[in-house]
Amino acid sequence: MEREKVIEVKDLVKKFGDFVANDHLTFDVYKGEIFGFLGANGAGKTTAMRILCGLSMPTEGKLKVNGFDVYRQSEKIKKSIGYMSQKFSLYEDMTVAENIRFYGGIYGLKRSDRIKKQQQLLNDLGMPEMKDKLVGSLPLGWKQKLAFAIAIVHDPQIVFLDEPTGGVDPITRRQFWNLIYEAASRGITIFVTTHYMDEAEYCDRVSIMVDGRVEALDTPANLMANYQAANMNEVFLHLARKAKNVE
Amino acid sequence: MIKINNISKSYGDVKALDDISFSVQKNELFGLIGPDGAGKSSLLRMLVTLLLPDSGSLEISGLDVVRNYRKIRLMVGYMPGRFSLYQDLTVEENLQFFASVFGTTIAENYHLIEDIYKQIEPFKTRRAGKLSGGMKQKLALSCALIHKPDVLVLDEPTTGVDAVSRREFWDMLGRLKKEGITIIVSTPYMDEASRCDRVALIQQGKILSIDRPEKIVQTQGHQLWKVKSENVYKLLTDLENWDCSKSVYPFGQFLHLTLNDLTIGKKEVEEYLLSRGHQSLIIEPGFSDIEDVFIDLMSLQKAKN
Repeated sequence: MEREKVIEVKDLVKKFGDFVANDHLTFDVYKGEIFGFLGANGAGKTTAMRILCGLSMPTEGKLKVNGFDVYRQSEKIKKSIGYMSQKFSLYEDMTVAENIRFYGGIYGLKRSDRIKKQQQLLNDLGMPEMKDKLVGSLPLGWKQKLAFAIAIVHDPQIVFLDEPTGGVDPITRRQFWNLIYEAASRGITIFVTTHYMDEAEYCDRVSIMVDGRVEALDTPANLMANYQAANMNEVFLHLARKAKNVE
Repeated sequence: MIKINNISKSYGDVKALDDISFSVQKNELFGLIGPDGAGKSSLLRMLVTLLLPDSGSLEISGLDVVRNYRKIRLMVGYMPGRFSLYQDLTVEENLQFFASVFGTTIAENYHLIEDIYKQIEPFKTRRAGKLSGGMKQKLALSCALIHKPDVLVLDEPTTGVDAVSRREFWDMLGRLKKEGITIIVSTPYMDEASRCDRVALIQQGKILSIDRPEKIVQTQGHQLWKVKSENVYKLLTDLENWDCSKSVYPFGQFLHLTLNDLTIGKKEVEEYLLSRGHQSLIIEPGFSDIEDVFIDLMSLQKAKN
């Protein structure tokens, strides 16, 4: 059975002046998979991710996200994806419920759906009693879980997570991955970057970027076998040490 | 070298540090390991005279940090978690500024920073605000070292940094230690504990454990089962819902499973998982690592509260 592709990237090139940030990237991402997008600082991950989100135009290459063309249909792409960055942008001086309703509105949910979603998210996250708390007063772990729930409030096809788990305690970090697994099991495609190499092993497939190129792309198990490594950290060190574009 | 005695600090209702005491030996590489909000930054800011404790005292080389803050500032080099150099000054101007504030020159202690600084020297005329994250970090470390401090205090220098750069950074700390500098460093990455001589695991303002990292694992770790199957998410939920499970957490490709009945062995785990339809099962004995221990201690602390 042919698997459905939600991201198709062919020969993506992005230049800033003379600097080639993305050098002929080619890869596909399938529906419902957890796709780990790894690379050293400066390898070109953020550049590629911004292009896939419709926030920046490629210099050349063919790219489709959810079937939409990145050159001509970037607004449609933006509506069909969710995005959460490490510096997630919740409004600290609004309550938990207000944040959910606000983002629901931004993503075009109907008023009645927004109220329904608000209830459902609070219950799913196990935080109904925090409904009227200001987001600024929540511990970091809760903010991260809330930011993730909000990033998928409009049931997007794909959610992009840019280093979502930085700094939290080991239990919260694992609870966060439970949310990711659960979203993936509902068919939402997860595109995630991380510096935790154990998290790379939670992904279905992992790509590793070095100097603007995809140097390796496979399941963690195959990568570890190919590079005769005991874990993804060794695979990463092996590949990323070759990098020339050190930040 | 460093003595911390019964330090407490609250921000409103939040107890950031709760009666913390420990010492760091001269020339030790000491790690404060814990997540955001554990109290690491507050403690480090007190050591470098930027924050006053509510109660308790701190000493560096026998000097009380609060009373002798001027002397202390000459003795410590501090790299804060947030980039705090002058964005409008160039790389070289920043370094010159820090050298002159401390009454020294770049040339005098260049050997200390050479390793790090030569990587950013090609960009020395660039404004600090225009540097990438990795370069800012190297500049900040150079500025913290330029007056040859006795004690180097680093607040989460490797947060958001990739695995290769993290390893290089720790190699560099190892070399600075050989120069005789005492280093106290905080990090949320548990795996970095093994690079320290001793560590304090810290969570919600309390020290969970303090010792050499291998000793912590030896004394507070335990046997566990490492389990793997084709469907990780199902494996996780099935084991979480099993009566015999005490704890189950993902650790990379394996789940770490502990059981609440020690008479249960591999055979029972296997039978249960086969009955739940799992395929390509791997079940092997293992031992805690530092992150398992942290999780155990965290759960214990929670249960106590």
